[in-house]
Amino acid sequence: MEKILQVLTPTNLLFILQGLWLTLKISFISIVLSTIIGTVLAVMRNGKNPALRWISSIYIEFVRNVPNLLWIFTIFLVFQMKSTPAGITAFTLFTSAALAEIIRGGLNAIDQGQHEAGMSQGFTSSQTMLYIILPQAIRKMLPAIISQFVTVIKDTSLLYSVIALQELFGSSQIIMGRYFEAEQIFTLYILVALIYFFINFAISTYARRLSKRWAQAAE
Amino acid sequence: MIDLSSWEAYFHDFGQFFNGFLFTLALSIGALIVAMLLGILFGSLSTSKNTFLRGFARIYVEFYQNTPLLVQFVIVFYGFPLISNYIIMPSIYWTGVLCVGLYHGAYIAEVIRSGIQSIPSGQMEAALSQGFSYLDTMRLIILPQAFRIILPPLINQVVNLIKNTSTVAIISGVDLMFVTKSWSALNSNYIPAFTGAAVLYFILCFPIARFGRKIEEANKKAYSL
Repeated sequence: MEKILQVLTPTNLLFILQGLWLTLKISFISIVLSTIIGTVLAVMRNGKNPALRWISSIYIEFVRNVPNLLWIFTIFLVFQMKSTPAGITAFTLFTSAALAEIIRGGLNAIDQGQHEAGMSQGFTSSQTMLYIILPQAIRKMLPAIISQFVTVIKDTSLLYSVIALQELFGSSQIIMGRYFEAEQIFTLYILVALIYFFINFAISTYARRLSKRWAQAAE
Repeated sequence: MIDLSSWEAYFHDFGQFFNGFLFTLALSIGALIVAMLLGILFGSLSTSKNTFLRGFARIYVEFYQNTPLLVQFVIVFYGFPLISNYIIMPSIYWTGVLCVGLYHGAYIAEVIRSGIQSIPSGQMEAALSQGFSYLDTMRLIILPQAFRIILPPLINQVVNLIKNTSTVAIISGVDLMFVTKSWSALNSNYIPAFTGAAVLYFILCFPIARFGRKIEEANKKAYSL
């Protein structure tokens, strides 16, 4: 027990919290950027222009069918970027493809009649999209976007091993390097797993509540 | 731009990459079997009437969906040997099968649960009132309908499972990802190795993803008259 307490010092905990902060920061920036790019990709893929549709489809399919880890390595090694920008770029790259499909699903779920009604009232096509379709679609897809946040937070744990970024998992690994007893190292593993669990559980519970409440509101 | 000699070197060593690809394939198949078994088991438990069983399934699903796969990998591969005084020492392959299987088992359980629950409870009541037993109702009425709904998200999970086997590269399992990383670092020859790996993963995942989408489209047509 005493050995375990040696690990849980304020300095170590603070170091881990700093890692958590970096994890959340990278995830949040990536999600925001990906939502914007994902919306553009979704509208492109749903649109009438065949060239744009093709570009968007190829991007989405290619990115989604290759592991995230490969993209992280590619951004870091092939494009020689620095750690934090590389992490954000890599996560934006494939999260935008994942979100594009979620957003497209949300857009497609809106009845075609809404678009026709908007047009018949004299809205332009982009006005219909902006004022009528998107606000309704967002309700349908926001819970899924929030769930994607959980996926990103989990996957950022890959960043330490690839590009030595000191996010939550990375900071625990660094602390582990200073301890030798099995119990101490195991304590750190469990601690980091629990931190991930509580953060993600809170987010996914919130997403689930939101989707339930909005499903009721829609009826 | 395109340096032919770097590609020559890549194809010269393609055997290594192919072995890595086979390891990825073997890992995916092993993990998929574990994930399917766990998914079916815990998916059915979460629809049972017994609160205890339902709670048990809930804990499994929530725990695995909310912690990173990599953390589970290092706990099993580095943590278990340490804490058990090197009695429990899973090989890299079995670590991969176990961790990826447990992780995606949780996702598949959710897919199965929501599929079964999407069938209106009136179907169950109607069948029971007609004298079907619970098991017969499940087998003949609920599951055949749920299966169509379950299939597309299930196939999506298969694709995710294949992609996530690449996590094994971080604990130095010689899968396609690891071979790509180490070969390219050793030869400082990145572009052919990474392009090749992306293509191999794509060849594996894309047809599966496409198949899932086809079924989804067919379902949409079948249900909208």
